[in-house]
Amino acid sequence: MPLKLEIITPERTVYDEVVEEVIAPGSEGMLGILPHHAPLFTLLGSGELRIKRGGMEQAIAVFGGFMDVRADRVTVLTDAAENAEEIDDQRAQAAREAAQKALELAAGSANATEGARAKASLFRALVRIRVSERRRRPR
Amino acid sequence: MPSERELRQRARSIKNIQQVTRAMQLVAASKMRRAQAAVLASRPYEERLRTVLNDLAPFAEPDDHALLAHREVKNVLVILVTTDRGLVGPMNVNLLRAAVKFADERPAVSYVAVGRKGINGLRRLGARVVAEFAGLTDRPTTVDTNPIARIAQEEFLTERVDEVHVAFTRFVNTLRQVPTIRRVLPLVPEDEDLDALPPLQYLFEPDAVGVLEQVLPRLVELAVFQALLESKASQYSAQMVAMRSATDAARDIIADLTLAANKARQTRITKEMLEIASGAEALAKG
Repeated sequence: MPLKLEIITPERTVYDEVVEEVIAPGSEGMLGILPHHAPLFTLLGSGELRIKRGGMEQAIAVFGGFMDVRADRVTVLTDAAENAEEIDDQRAQAAREAAQKALELAAGSANATEGARAKASLFRALVRIRVSERRRRPR
Repeated sequence: MPSERELRQRARSIKNIQQVTRAMQLVAASKMRRAQAAVLASRPYEERLRTVLNDLAPFAEPDDHALLAHREVKNVLVILVTTDRGLVGPMNVNLLRAAVKFADERPAVSYVAVGRKGINGLRRLGARVVAEFAGLTDRPTTVDTNPIARIAQEEFLTERVDEVHVAFTRFVNTLRQVPTIRRVLPLVPEDEDLDALPPLQYLFEPDAVGVLEQVLPRLVELAVFQALLESKASQYSAQMVAMRSATDAARDIIADLTLAANKARQTRITKEMLEIASGAEALAKG
């Protein structure tokens, strides 16, 4: 039985293929989805979504949203999604450094919002870096 | 009767206008292609999110979340999405007229005005405007549109309004854009489609209410985002069409003026010939 995976953001459809397995960053932890999975609706965290297809593994960075799982299809609705090829490695590294600096600054002040924002952008940069590194050493 | 010289001058100035409208037509056409692609690419997300609301409906009661609450409708908020600039044919006027008609059938209506044309139109009408947004980019993202959605949610959650609608120009195709008013709040699942009923055994992570709390605000944000994209695509389509008909009209006027000028020239030459001929005749007789 095939498993159809769609990854959709408000701006565009990022991925639409039949796959063998999906490993997704659910809000409660990583989730492995194979065909015939029980119907499930879950919130997504930010992280790398791994796709197994034809013996290859591919990673896509997703940032929040939802995943709707049925026996024969998986629909990911996420705020933003980026293929490994689309990620600018240097920009991601620069973003990480900027976020780390912002985090240190925020730690000094009492502004909780600033700290949370810096933490979130640091996390996003780390996800991008991890996904783009996966592209360079395929398994 | 204007002189031949005047006619030629007028044709020349119309030609200059035609060059301007043709340039504007080309600019609008390229922006139109981008805006149309954006609106088409964004539709799948909205459609999917709507089906999610339908799927969740059997597991949620209207009391489970404030954004689902049905109240007696006393106050209504309309998010009116217009363009910042004119030269888009009757698009803004049609939408404003539809919104006014809509408001007349309802009790107290207040507005969130998006786009300068809507802001000015509502000011002229003396309507109650809660917030104004102008100068949105040509390629809006959810970051640009979420503040609009946030105001709508606040108004609804504080019970200042009991319903929220969004009025925008829906993009059908390049020649057709339709004024549309769609309800945003309270959120209601669409009519049950028996084939599309969700499975009975549905797992939620973390749980149904936790999922609702994330999904519902997103639906509101998306309805606003989608309306903005539709409006942008309509704007540039309408502008392209308006500028094309202006260019065509200029071509017709130039043709008419040139014909009139040529006729005037012909008349003048004929008259001169007659004068010369009759002069020669008079000399011969004398």
